[in-house]
Amino acid sequence: MSADEVRLPLTQRPAVIRALQACVIVAFILGWELLGQAGVLDKFYYSRPSLIVPRIAEWFTETGGRSVWIDIRVTVVETLLGFAIGTGLGLAIGYAFARNRLLGAAFDPLFSMFNAIPRLVLAPVFILAFGIDLASKVALAVTLVFFIVFFATFTAVRDVDHTLVDNVRILGARRRDVTFQVLLPAAFSAIVASMRTSAGFAFAGAVVAEYIGSNQGMGHRIATAEAFFDSTGVFAGIVIIAALALLLDALLQIIEGRFSRWKPRRER
Amino acid sequence: MNSRKPQVLTAMAGPAISLRGVSKTYRSPGKRPYVAIEEIDLEIDPGRFVAVVGPSGCGKSTLLSLVSGLLAPTGGEISLLGTPVRGIRSDLGFIFQRDALLPWRTVAENVALPLRFRGLGAAEAKERVEAWVSRVGLAPFLTNYPHELSGGMRKRAQLAQSLVADPAVLLMDEPFSALDVQTRNLMENELLSLWGAAAKTVLFITHDLEEAIALSDELVVMTAGPGRIKARYPVALPRPRNVTEIRFEPAFAALYKSAWADLRDEVTRSYERSLRGA
Repeated sequence: MSADEVRLPLTQRPAVIRALQACVIVAFILGWELLGQAGVLDKFYYSRPSLIVPRIAEWFTETGGRSVWIDIRVTVVETLLGFAIGTGLGLAIGYAFARNRLLGAAFDPLFSMFNAIPRLVLAPVFILAFGIDLASKVALAVTLVFFIVFFATFTAVRDVDHTLVDNVRILGARRRDVTFQVLLPAAFSAIVASMRTSAGFAFAGAVVAEYIGSNQGMGHRIATAEAFFDSTGVFAGIVIIAALALLLDALLQIIEGRFSRWKPRRER
Repeated sequence: MNSRKPQVLTAMAGPAISLRGVSKTYRSPGKRPYVAIEEIDLEIDPGRFVAVVGPSGCGKSTLLSLVSGLLAPTGGEISLLGTPVRGIRSDLGFIFQRDALLPWRTVAENVALPLRFRGLGAAEAKERVEAWVSRVGLAPFLTNYPHELSGGMRKRAQLAQSLVADPAVLLMDEPFSALDVQTRNLMENELLSLWGAAAKTVLFITHDLEEAIALSDELVVMTAGPGRIKARYPVALPRPRNVTEIRFEPAFAALYKSAWADLRDEVTRSYERSLRGA
């Protein structure tokens, strides 16, 4: 422990804060359990941690039926595909619109309209159009990711510091060099900054579409449990989804850190 | 004359930079046309250091954008190193007032840019980049990113970036105005020693009369917008100079006094205009 750390007031010490955070989580789970045992929370609707944990363990160990691993894999594949396609489209179209003002102006009202729709309501449309398999889930994830990446790229490329462009042009940059040395790095950095949000949306899109209509995936597993009034199964599914989301976010945080070394610390 | 660049100096019998009757009017829809500079005639011989001083809004920066080809004039002829300026020129160095280093590239990568754009291999570029980075005193910071450097260090890196491809002409747009006074004097002295060693033609824009006189061979005073040339003074001060000490020379004071008489009226006019919001 360094001398500076010792002098920190009690309320600002990292160890104290972490201990408090752990207490809050333990209190939440314990409260849930005790209120459930006491009958305040109806087991039929709210289940209990002591029922949910064994259920999760059971899912991971059972040999009959469809393994939970398959559902996890399906959801993760849909999420990654939706994220990749949405990011690619958002980058390409955002870049094109920022570079061609007329194109951007022409599409502006249509895009604003689409962006105003709460896109989860499109899930039934996609399920009708693309069926209950992978495609409809990926489509919903793509529409969610696309607009985030599109606006981030568009703004970053449009508002790029013109001194940077002037400078590289005088240093001898051709059009291609301006694109690859200035405009795309600016866009890329905006995408990296919005990556954690858009990946979260991709995940939500995949799960919601599965919930509404599919025959596999974590969303489907929850929908099935719900159909049997099995609240323990619903919560078990939610816990697994939350764990996956945290894992995904931690992974992206590492990637973001790798690509943000050039940024001042406060902007990371 | 400098023996290292005979090809440039012999190929160019005339001035390094020449402006004849150059004007620039900005037009934008819904606004009255704005005349930034008007009827500028200026010739700068190779190897000279010329400082242009004027009140804010006199079109000083426009002048540099025109010479570099970033902007096209609305009237007149500009030529650089014997050829007319039509479009962006990359045979010159340009130090911008604002930070112009790519924030996502290290010092070494930034300085290497002009060489990479010219198709030089990484190995050959490396040697010249490292030589220039050390020359501006940034050797320990080769792999640092711009945000990790101070304002003065970023200017040094920009200087290395602009000079690494060895341009014959250097345009500088209030390059040190954002620096504190001590750093600024240090940078001015280093600029003079780099310039003295390389015999570049320098066109230096500033609003600071002291800086202009301390650095230059010739002083050009501009009028408040529309910018015209109000007066030109030869700066007959000995070289090599130390910018902090040259100010104590009697000749410096005398020149400052007469140039300030020209500049004062323009600064007042420019200020009054800004109060009227025009």
